[in-house]
Amino acid sequence: MLLTPSQTVGPFFALGLPDAQRLVEEDEPGALSLEGVVYDGAGDPVPDAVVEIWQPDRRLWGRCRTDAGGRYGFVTVKPGPLDGQAPHIAMAIFARGLLKQVVTRVYFPDEEEANAADPVLALAGDATLVARDEDGALRFDVHLQGERQTAFLDV
Amino acid sequence: MAGYRRDGTEVHPPYLYPDYRSTRLRAPTRPLIVVPHTLTELTGPVFRHDRVGPRDHLLTEQHDGEPLGERIIVHGRVTDQDGRPVADSLIEIWQANAAGRYAHDRDHHPAPLDPNFTGAGRCLTDRDGRYEFVTVKPGAYPWGNHHNAWRPAHIHLSLFGPAFATRLVTQMYFPGDPLFDQDPIFQSVRDPRARQRLISSFDLERTVADWALAYRFDVVLRGPEATPMED
Repeated sequence: MLLTPSQTVGPFFALGLPDAQRLVEEDEPGALSLEGVVYDGAGDPVPDAVVEIWQPDRRLWGRCRTDAGGRYGFVTVKPGPLDGQAPHIAMAIFARGLLKQVVTRVYFPDEEEANAADPVLALAGDATLVARDEDGALRFDVHLQGERQTAFLDV
Repeated sequence: MAGYRRDGTEVHPPYLYPDYRSTRLRAPTRPLIVVPHTLTELTGPVFRHDRVGPRDHLLTEQHDGEPLGERIIVHGRVTDQDGRPVADSLIEIWQANAAGRYAHDRDHHPAPLDPNFTGAGRCLTDRDGRYEFVTVKPGAYPWGNHHNAWRPAHIHLSLFGPAFATRLVTQMYFPGDPLFDQDPIFQSVRDPRARQRLISSFDLERTVADWALAYRFDVVLRGPEATPMED
């Protein structure tokens, strides 16, 4: 059977897609902030995107729409190693102007050894999928287009 | 564990479709990196009835009064591309009101808001993949994409399916809409047969006499790759 094609989430998705930014309680041991900004090809923040994340080891799922400055943020924990892969968080970004979601992964900066052996990071071939530590928070910006485009995955 | 099928995914629109202006600065320009499916892609969130109220699918009953507009039942079945039902899976919808206005701060279309209509609902598919919403038919509305651009009437749908790899956001349209030919979002789906998948069908059998018209919209999500037979 023919698949149902994707269509853009449009600018008004907040009506139907409520945020779920806290995947764990803030006082849970190991709780961390994952935050960043979504940028378009002109380098401007995207104020109407929605970011979803998925962590299979504890079945944690979250969703956050970007604010006027293109910012998103989650409270979550670092996943364990899975399937011989380095710890990572799956991420999908939807927005007006994206006819289909883009998908990427967030890796951890303190996992150099595991990252070096990770098969997906090897395919991505650059460092855009490793978040950076910013005052104790995990910072991961998404560049939809251009020189600094984030590596997006065909999953 | 086998992965999800990659054949058939070419029905999706390209990221860059210049007629839809917003894609120009948002479409990725570097090719996607094909990665094997791991547990990350083969699993996905499960939403249970604690997240979905038993009346969340009734968009006509969320306020003191009934919304204006043509009351409709929207229903259908969610299956994978091999026809297997996608059971117990979350569907979220949102839409404009009958006048073509969203109850959203950023919608500045000078059409009236309806105090009795928010335009959002959710439900879980049943064991056979079936779902149903009661709502009003949304109006067409103008947008800034090009001179005198109007979106055909549509309802947005968000579906999860069983895995991160089956996630789908789409739009359901109504049969015979005269605006299809000039709408770049609808036209971004290049295969005319695939475009037909986005158009609901009028469903006389599910209409309720003296109460509501009905439209059927079936959704087909990716299915798993065939697994080798084991002895």
